[in-house]
Amino acid sequence: MSAPVASIAPRRATRILILAIVGAIFAIPIVAMVEFTMRRGLDGGYDLSRWVTVFTGQLGPAYAPVWQGVQNSLVLALVTVAIMLALLVPTMILVALRFPQLQRVLEFVCLLPISIPAIVLVVGLAPVYQVISRMLGSGTWTLAFAYGILVLPFAYRAVQSNIEAIDIVTLTEAARSLGAGWLTVIVRVLMPNLRRGLLAGAFISVAVVLGEFTIASLLSRTTLQTALVVASKADAFIAVIFALLALLFAFILLIVIGRIGRGRLGRTS
Amino acid sequence: MTTPAPTPAPAAETRTSAPVALVGVVKQFPGLTALDGVSLELAPGEFVALLGPSGCGKTTALRVLAGLESADDGHILIDGRDVVDVPTNRRDIGMVFQSYSLFPHLTVLENVEFGLRMRKVEASERRRRATQMLNMVGLDHHADRFAHQLSGGQQQRVALARALVTEPRVLLLDEPLSALDAKVRVGLRDEIRRIQTELGITTLFVTHDQEEALAVADRVAVMRAGRIEQIGTPEELYSRPASAFVADFVGLSNRVPAVVQGEVATVLGTTLPLVSADAPAGSGVALVRPEDVLIVPGDDPRATSAAVVSTSFLGSLRRTRVRLDDGLELVVQHAAGEHVEAGERVAVRLAGRPVVIDAA
Repeated sequence: MSAPVASIAPRRATRILILAIVGAIFAIPIVAMVEFTMRRGLDGGYDLSRWVTVFTGQLGPAYAPVWQGVQNSLVLALVTVAIMLALLVPTMILVALRFPQLQRVLEFVCLLPISIPAIVLVVGLAPVYQVISRMLGSGTWTLAFAYGILVLPFAYRAVQSNIEAIDIVTLTEAARSLGAGWLTVIVRVLMPNLRRGLLAGAFISVAVVLGEFTIASLLSRTTLQTALVVASKADAFIAVIFALLALLFAFILLIVIGRIGRGRLGRTS
Repeated sequence: MTTPAPTPAPAAETRTSAPVALVGVVKQFPGLTALDGVSLELAPGEFVALLGPSGCGKTTALRVLAGLESADDGHILIDGRDVVDVPTNRRDIGMVFQSYSLFPHLTVLENVEFGLRMRKVEASERRRRATQMLNMVGLDHHADRFAHQLSGGQQQRVALARALVTEPRVLLLDEPLSALDAKVRVGLRDEIRRIQTELGITTLFVTHDQEEALAVADRVAVMRAGRIEQIGTPEELYSRPASAFVADFVGLSNRVPAVVQGEVATVLGTTLPLVSADAPAGSGVALVRPEDVLIVPGDDPRATSAAVVSTSFLGSLRRTRVRLDDGLELVVQHAAGEHVEAGERVAVRLAGRPVVIDAA
């Protein structure tokens, strides 16, 4: 009889302890933020008056930049996702189908921004934005060009893992042999099978854009993050509420990505 | 290289049948000539297998015919029209791939309908034809399933239905059975042949499995290093191989020292005719089929003494390895009833059928 094999998995108590520590690291600042927003004042006690103020639209004109920042950030998220879908995805499909030898180069280029600090990016982007401002104006949406670079590593990984999960070459060749033109191949065969990667890439891009501060601040654009900093100087409580709402939105996006990742039985490979 | 004219196809010609020809096709990759002037003709309704070892260019030939690779030189004729510059989606071909190629986001029925949808066939007609084709491959009851809910064999049958439903002028099969287990492979192989015969569609079948090629094809083209070494019926390839390579690749062969003189060779003391008279005189190596080596009574004057090394039971026959007194080992194929045991002394001689000489 063979001796029982010792399990290398940690014991239940150890797992719970690790989970509790990691959970606390994440939860304590958030709970502290929530607690902070509900403080009544120096006399102690808690209420939801500031949350009610935000949700009933009773904020004064001093908070207009925050609303402007929310709008700008949403527009930026949309344009950034559009850039990602219009430029990155077709490039990745082209490389996978026609130029597989360029795969490593594309991966290197796409992952590069993650290793460059935002401040260094801004130094490089500043003269570029002088030209962009002359050509397209100085609207906040133009930040999407820089954000398109910033989200590359995240969007690339999300889409690439999906490309690797399906046999994109054989599916394409099968569709072509059945009479499909290139547009049909992309729209009717590749896109539906890359849906998970595309949605995950898009959502993670939105999350990155909503959380970005450095580039927007240094290029003097008003986004959610820069507006929050300004608002926090006038009313730290309201600024923290907006920060919590942005955090909640990012959490929801991540949960949606996770659910997409699991996929729907029957419609995914 | 021998390229005889295609023999008439046994299958009935239908409107989907079309003559297909590769004429002097050249395809080069960096540092490699994959196709070195390949010429091959398929008669309407004919089933031709491209057979050869890995890297011989057989899949490249099929992909060039499909338009998935461009030809550097030569002509590709489908129904008499040169399609070298015609893109894949306009060549009117049906193709089944080695790897499973069903669209994962579509049901079986939607997969089969895909080609008809590309041809803008009306919805009810599309459904009728797709169901009919699924019925032909025995999967009409799986129409609503997705690819991942099917076995490998079922997926390839759906892929076959999908390739055939548009009634293409030529069907291309790129090792469609290689990912399947042995039993399923034999079943699907026979099914492909049945359907091909029923529809009478011109078919090119790429495989590295000689048994598969010999079992289903009207003619087999053996490829080597980007060239077609021999084209012929399975019987011709087996009994009259044009070269030592073909003899070696198609079926088992014993390599036995021989002395060539004119149109005969002396092998193990027996004078045998040559398949091809162009073998150079002098010493060479004769390729002798295992069934052409006989176990005979010891008093046969043409027999050579040997010892049984091992023997394998293969159902209706037995394959026995014997070692001659000079150390040469031969494989003998004989009836299962002729029982021999390892270590036993036996006498063997050659049956006297023509042999191929490997002059190299």
